[in-house]
Amino acid sequence: MELIWEGLRKALELLLRLDPEVLGITLLSLKVSGIATLLSVALGLGLAVLVALNDFPGKRLVIALMNTGMGLPPVVVGLFVTVLLWRNGPFGFLGILYTPAAIILAQSVIATPIIAGLGLAALQHLPPGLRLQILSLGATRSQMVWLLLKEARLPLLAAVMAGFGGVISEVGASIMVGGNLKGSTRVLTTATVMETSRGNFEIAFALSFILLVLAFTVNALLTHLQQRSGRR
Amino acid sequence: MNRPACLRLGLAFVVALASAHLPAAPPTQRAVILATTTSTQDSGLLDELVPLFEKQTGYAVKTIAVGSGQAIAMGKRGEADVLLVHSPEAEKALVADGAGINRRIVMHNDFVLVGPAADPAGVAKHTAQESFQRIAHSKAIFLSRGDNSGTHAQELKIWKAAGIPLEGQSWYQQTGLGMGQTLAIAAEKKAYTLSDRGTYLALRKKLGLPILHEGDPSLRNVYHVIEVNPARFPKVNEPGARAFADFLVSKAVQQRIKEFGIALYGSPLFFPDAGTPDAGSQH
Repeated sequence: MELIWEGLRKALELLLRLDPEVLGITLLSLKVSGIATLLSVALGLGLAVLVALNDFPGKRLVIALMNTGMGLPPVVVGLFVTVLLWRNGPFGFLGILYTPAAIILAQSVIATPIIAGLGLAALQHLPPGLRLQILSLGATRSQMVWLLLKEARLPLLAAVMAGFGGVISEVGASIMVGGNLKGSTRVLTTATVMETSRGNFEIAFALSFILLVLAFTVNALLTHLQQRSGRR
Repeated sequence: MNRPACLRLGLAFVVALASAHLPAAPPTQRAVILATTTSTQDSGLLDELVPLFEKQTGYAVKTIAVGSGQAIAMGKRGEADVLLVHSPEAEKALVADGAGINRRIVMHNDFVLVGPAADPAGVAKHTAQESFQRIAHSKAIFLSRGDNSGTHAQELKIWKAAGIPLEGQSWYQQTGLGMGQTLAIAAEKKAYTLSDRGTYLALRKKLGLPILHEGDPSLRNVYHVIEVNPARFPKVNEPGARAFADFLVSKAVQQRIKEFGIALYGSPLFFPDAGTPDAGSQH
């Protein structure tokens, strides 16, 4: 128990004296998971809109696949991405294994189905007549999509938060494709794993607290956005 | 836009964004991929040696700290440039196979058998083999790494020599984790386990697991550096790998290895061996 308090004290200390290494790790976590979430919003919402607004054979299968993708284990994604990015592998020419770009790629693979699946559910939950109503008022197709997204903004922002939460907290993929390299691909979760295995439990706790504060801050901002727009 | 095009665009976008917003990866020729065991990282040795090497040579080392099993597998596929590992049998197989070249001894420490202070199996004052037999007969819990690491390989060798079958034994449990975590679990479960001395010394204060057996010649833990064969894998950074291997066995670095850990743990964690007859090969 005293380890946890010790960790909390250490977290405060590291944050207050702006420890450059911890600060770097924290900013990298935010940057990598932030970019991955943005990419996943673009890809995931695009996919959700495509599936929601079109009828095609096998649609249910596609939806089932998207929903399964929401539970993709990060370590499985990490394994696939690592093997694909190996320098002797099919995408080895990119030369991005063990760089932040590889983590962004892996995290995007994890978050895209989460945002796509929850986004699709949000869009399908809208009243079925709404689409025709908007179109009959003379809206173009892209205006209609925009209005639908706006109408579903509450659950859509929840989808974004779920996506971000999924990637900021994952360790399995980050450690495999990033390699936990000091000053380059070490993020909060991989640093926590390493400090735990080194037996530096109070530092591991400190990093965990920083991760929780970071996740809370980002989610508080998104929630603020969500609730404000919800009241309008 | 069809979906494959979306994916390609997405991938290109990822790469473009990443290269625009994040520190660029060092050029391939400067980067040296070192695949190594967790013990060299967890003990803090590489935190001391790698920055020194980078400063002296300008190479950027990417240290991928995994078990010796995985490190050697990476070498076998040409996915690393240089290996620092401690699993002699697997190393020799790698060199015989032609994927590894220039295997040189770097240092050693030793394995220690740790366990609950009460020592229910009564292993103290016996040879390593007898100790393992006593654990088996008393059915005291033994925690194995179970992860193909060098430590795991060493432990299996002793069980084999002791003539103890491990299949389906309830007292023999595998963690599948690194040394530090396995030691922590052993402390919680009051179990026996085999550990490299470096990791054990680094964690000793938090564990409350005394050393019950040490010093047996079969518990020697030897680390070798192996370069990955550039003739087989053209993408290997040959000069970088050679420079790092030469660095490890250089006089100055061997001296650093000798002194490493004394200030922090009261005794050295590794003993330099470069240039000495290779005891690890005798196993």
